[in-house]
Amino acid sequence: MVIHSVTNRNTKIKSRFALFGGVYSNYLALEAALQDIRQRGVDAIYCLGDLGAFGPHPDRVFPILHNNHVIVVQGNYDDSVGNALNDCQCGYTDPRDNHFAQISYDYTLQNTSEPNRKFMRGLPPEIRLTVDDQNILLCHGSPRRTNEFLWESTTSDYYLEHLLEVQRADVIAATHTGIKWNRKLDRGLFVNVGVLGRPENDGSTNVWYTLLELRTDSSWTVSHIPVAYNHTALAREMQQEKLPDEFVDTVVSGWWTTCLEILPSKERRRGKH
Amino acid sequence: MPSVNLTHLDELWFQVSGTHCNLTCDHCFISCSPHNRSFGYLSLSDVQSSIAQATQEGVREFYFTGGEPFLNPEMVDILCWTLQHGPATVLTNGTVLKEEWLTKLQEAERQSRYSLEFRLSIDGFSPETNDPIRGDGTFDRAMAGVSLLCEFGFLPIITATRIWDEESDLEVLSQFKTVLKAHGYSRPRIKLLPTLQIGAEENRTRGYLQHEVVTDTMLSDFDQHNLVCSHSRIVTDRGVHVCPILIESPDSNLGQSISESLVPFEINHGACYTCYQYGSICTNASSGNTLSTTEPTVNPPDTARDDGDT
Ligand code: SF4
Ligand code: SF4
Repeated sequence: MVIHSVTNRNTKIKSRFALFGGVYSNYLALEAALQDIRQRGVDAIYCLGDLGAFGPHPDRVFPILHNNHVIVVQGNYDDSVGNALNDCQCGYTDPRDNHFAQISYDYTLQNTSEPNRKFMRGLPPEIRLTVDDQNILLCHGSPRRTNEFLWESTTSDYYLEHLLEVQRADVIAATHTGIKWNRKLDRGLFVNVGVLGRPENDGSTNVWYTLLELRTDSSWTVSHIPVAYNHTALAREMQQEKLPDEFVDTVVSGWWTTCLEILPSKERRRGKH
Repeated sequence: MPSVNLTHLDELWFQVSGTHCNLTCDHCFISCSPHNRSFGYLSLSDVQSSIAQATQEGVREFYFTGGEPFLNPEMVDILCWTLQHGPATVLTNGTVLKEEWLTKLQEAERQSRYSLEFRLSIDGFSPETNDPIRGDGTFDRAMAGVSLLCEFGFLPIITATRIWDEESDLEVLSQFKTVLKAHGYSRPRIKLLPTLQIGAEENRTRGYLQHEVVTDTMLSDFDQHNLVCSHSRIVTDRGVHVCPILIESPDSNLGQSISESLVPFEINHGACYTCYQYGSICTNASSGNTLSTTEPTVNPPDTARDDGDT
């Protein structure tokens, strides 16, 4: 567990939330994460969008989300699949990245049932919560654009302070980039909650979710929690579904092989490809 | 005339070496050269003052361009200082880089939470394709720059202006990658750019045609966030301009301060038509602001296109 304490540890926990992004059809990691979350006990579970993409059998994640009362924000993928748009709106610009994104999108669109697509269409682009006096904004990319990438190494403090101010939020939580991080600012807290769908380009096969805890002194603790799951079973199913070898390679190696050109240099350097 | 609002100042650019460049590329859209001093250098204190203003607006990233930024004797200090405040990208032709500068910049980036991006322009994967445009010997000199950056652990984004047919993109990209790998760049990053038919490029191929303008109708269902002028401004030694592309147009100068420059701009220039087709061509892919450079939103004109950037 990676704990980034922004709090006084002597105070008590008042509320605890579990948040994750990008399920990317990885129903095995979703099940494993939910089991871990249930053991810890939380007040609510939020998914910040992108239910499909990348993995096999996109319909399998929906009953798991519903049965566990997961509250879902709409990601760009959910908007695209829900409305049968031409592409995933992921925001890639490189021809190779777009090539793989399209394979993944076409497979997901074809294999997502109409009732599940209707569910995706109806998802809200953001959710606002008030817990005690704290305002929390949950979104997919950023509060202003569903497919804006907020990377740790390309997002200035000034910009995050600006977002917290104009959104009148104490906490903003987002995902979309696929790599978790968080930063304490003068006005509040920004958290990228990470994704369950694929590993973080760090050579480990686990994926990540985030616990947000509000304490009695109104401070927050952010904990990024690693989730191990049966990634070999996922890889096998991806092969059976004839998904690209490049995707399977990422699941078994923990290194990204696609979507590389959107990475800023610091994040890219940490990877292998 | 269609007008574009600045929704938020995401990127602040600096024309940090003015129009001064050690090269004289045939396609440079602001005709930079060793003799063109129509725009001057910015000093470290000029940059500090603009960044202080921009932080009030919640600026996200900083970009440095020219001419050749590394002709500015304060360039390394400027980048080291900027990295304490936000992410920095510098657009260079890669031919004048020195080890002692890269040692300092490597350390400054290591100490910063932010990325330092180098964008390095090369216009072909061989001297035969690159040198006729950028000048004799420039391919080998730029490749030496790439190798040096790699030695210091940087991963430069190679920007190549598309002087080939768009259908050949994937083929050209793969040839580029092979050549870059042979020069020690094991995982090359490449950004393709369309040409802009202004500056020196206007003489090399052609200027914009009369019908190549953005109309109100074209903008009616267009996501304006795809235009650099909806989220960026650029500081030169003359003032704050609407975008890095149009600094030589008198109407691009919007005032002396950042706050004065945050006004709508009428996009009635030929270059605006290229932006409309290709999106935020100036911005890095990591921002998620860019349209795909291989899929213009309308059919491009038949002529080969090209751009000068650093
Ligand atoms: S050239 Fe492009 S960025 Fe500049 S004003 Fe025109 S549309 Fe905007
Ligand atoms: S394109 Fe870049 S390198 Fe070439 S003359 Fe212009 S500024 Fe200099």
